[in-house]
Amino acid sequence: MSDFTADNGPAKGDAKSSLFHETTRTKRRNAAETRFKAYGIAAIATGLFFLVALLVAILGNGLPAFKQTFVTIPVELTEAKLDKNGNRDPADLAKVSTFGYKPVVTAALVSALKAEGIEIPFAKEEDVEDILSSSVAAQVRDTVLANPDLIGETVDFRLLASSRVDGYFKGRVTRDALVRDKNLDAEHLDIADAMVAAGLMKTTFNADFIFGSDASESRPEQAGIGVSMVGSLFMMIVVLALALPIGVAASIYLEEFAPQNKWTDLIEVNISNLAAVPSIVFGILGLAVFIQIAHLPQSAPLVGGLVLTLMTLPTIIISTRASLKAVPPSIRDAALGVGASKMQSVFHHVLPLAMPGILTGTIIGLAQALGETAPLLLIGMVGFIASNMPDGITSGFLDPNSAMPAQIYEWAKRADPAYYERAWGGIIILLVFLMTMNIIAVLLRRRFERRW
Amino acid sequence: MNDMRIVRKDVDMNDTKISAKGVQVFYGDTHAIKDVDVEIKDKTVTAFIGPSGCGKSTFLRCLNRMNDTIDVCRVEGKILLDGEDIYDKRVDPVQLRAKVGMVFQRPNPFPKSIYDNIAYGPRIHGLAKNKADLDDIVEKALRRGAIWDEVKDRLDAPGTGLSGGQQQRLCIARAVATEPEVLLMDEPCSALDPIATLQVEELIDELRENFSVVIVTHSMQQAARVSQKTAFFHLGNLVEYGDTEQIFTNPQDERTESYITGRIG
Repeated sequence: MSDFTADNGPAKGDAKSSLFHETTRTKRRNAAETRFKAYGIAAIATGLFFLVALLVAILGNGLPAFKQTFVTIPVELTEAKLDKNGNRDPADLAKVSTFGYKPVVTAALVSALKAEGIEIPFAKEEDVEDILSSSVAAQVRDTVLANPDLIGETVDFRLLASSRVDGYFKGRVTRDALVRDKNLDAEHLDIADAMVAAGLMKTTFNADFIFGSDASESRPEQAGIGVSMVGSLFMMIVVLALALPIGVAASIYLEEFAPQNKWTDLIEVNISNLAAVPSIVFGILGLAVFIQIAHLPQSAPLVGGLVLTLMTLPTIIISTRASLKAVPPSIRDAALGVGASKMQSVFHHVLPLAMPGILTGTIIGLAQALGETAPLLLIGMVGFIASNMPDGITSGFLDPNSAMPAQIYEWAKRADPAYYERAWGGIIILLVFLMTMNIIAVLLRRRFERRW
Repeated sequence: MNDMRIVRKDVDMNDTKISAKGVQVFYGDTHAIKDVDVEIKDKTVTAFIGPSGCGKSTFLRCLNRMNDTIDVCRVEGKILLDGEDIYDKRVDPVQLRAKVGMVFQRPNPFPKSIYDNIAYGPRIHGLAKNKADLDDIVEKALRRGAIWDEVKDRLDAPGTGLSGGQQQRLCIARAVATEPEVLLMDEPCSALDPIATLQVEELIDELRENFSVVIVTHSMQQAARVSQKTAFFHLGNLVEYGDTEQIFTNPQDERTESYITGRIG
């Protein structure tokens, strides 16, 4: 480097150079340092810019998914239509399908509009029902089946508006766009505006997006991430229950007990290599081994968890070994010196000291597994419409389900722009989970870290 | 070098505690200890002196088989503890280490409370029948470690919070808590200041009543002050072994003389 050129030292003949004057050489070194600092600041600024852009994009696109437009109207549950025999027999009630409920809801909407003096500009008054989600008949039916005593009364229902109407209030749907849309007409929007003015319609926070289940392609307003969240939870339970003990046991053996020879070297190299294997490879391995050979159920969180365990193991082993290595050998000497066996020295002294590192590594591995999509593609956890909450622990592990990132991928794939918004919303939830896990990792590290 | 006075104490040279015969130690290809014969007496402080890398610590670690933890280390020859070969196949090093305790160069208390530091050894060896028993053992060990008065009010405080000298005395107390017969000390004062060193040296002298103490030290003054027997190691050889007084006043070997007078080292 130019620092080593000798022609710019203190001037010759100048026997004593003053400390108050920078020599050319010093100047140049200082300039290089200043430049380097500037590069560093520029690099950080670029990173921060992208981070902010990312956050703005995610929040801007995703936050609307947490709000939904609801219509609140009184629905008269006429006995003549819903329970012809009048005996409230559950079997008879169940015979009335959503087709039987739909006219009841539509009639309720029409009469509510009339009561508020809102004009219905359609030839057939029933056409106004497009304002409501096609899920409302099922919602009313479920309520009635759960509580048959409501029949014959007039009950206030909070019903989902259709995704087009919802999109109109969120700015996604415009009147111009509706010209080519056969689902909704501009007149519906006029009615919707009037309903908002009359207090019948409101866009509010929608807990069902967080806790609900996925819905079919035509009903984005109903879709929620809750069931796939449960799927992810069950997968994480499998990963934690398998990867932590296996990983920690393997690391302790390799680090503390195994002799140093070419076999352990080979194992070590392979563990490092496994950490770098693309996750989709683990996916196809899981498909071949767990589903085709072991005949475990497809799309089940158990299989997903097993695959993610394979993927997380190297991460946990590497971080555990690093934290075991970081425990000073003097602690091992001390334990052996008072006559502890190798195992006692490890379990009584080394492992507790390595615990914060192990936990941090485990949580980071879990967070990685939580955000993993590719291996789930191959074992069938993507594309599945997770419409039912599992009924119990066994069903949670074995019944088909999805996972959060898989659900997000699935939504992003669907055509309706309302699903696009939900994909962003799902990403916010996923990020909240990941951030929580990372914060827990940091807190655990702070809490358990000991100095010696 | 002004403190070369030799402590004249009644040296009760009764039985041989440890007897090493033709001990060779190899680290891979390095021949670290060459054919060492030494007889370590009971109830005596024996000092190993010698320049750095001369093998005195290596030899010390052979005496409780701490070298077993190093894969490449190989020990030949015989080391007898009370006439039993400690490198015999039937000997469990863990049992041996309960009999031959060790104190290390740097104080290394467990990052636990002072009480737990001392109680750990007795607990794993099952020396206490109940809590009161254990309390007695801890108190006795801390008294023997000359640290009881300083810590008796804060037994729950972490051992790592003590000063360096206190930590080292805690480690000595921890070593004596398991009732060993021999106490090995690997430069126990090298990380301590002069006052703490003095306290530990006084403690070593007291420990002689109950144990056979073997101490490795870089400081010849220390060897002169605390030991009754001195062994001088040089380049893996045991050059000279005898009464401390004789080694420091009338060395037989010229290498010993050169080292003591500061010409080699």
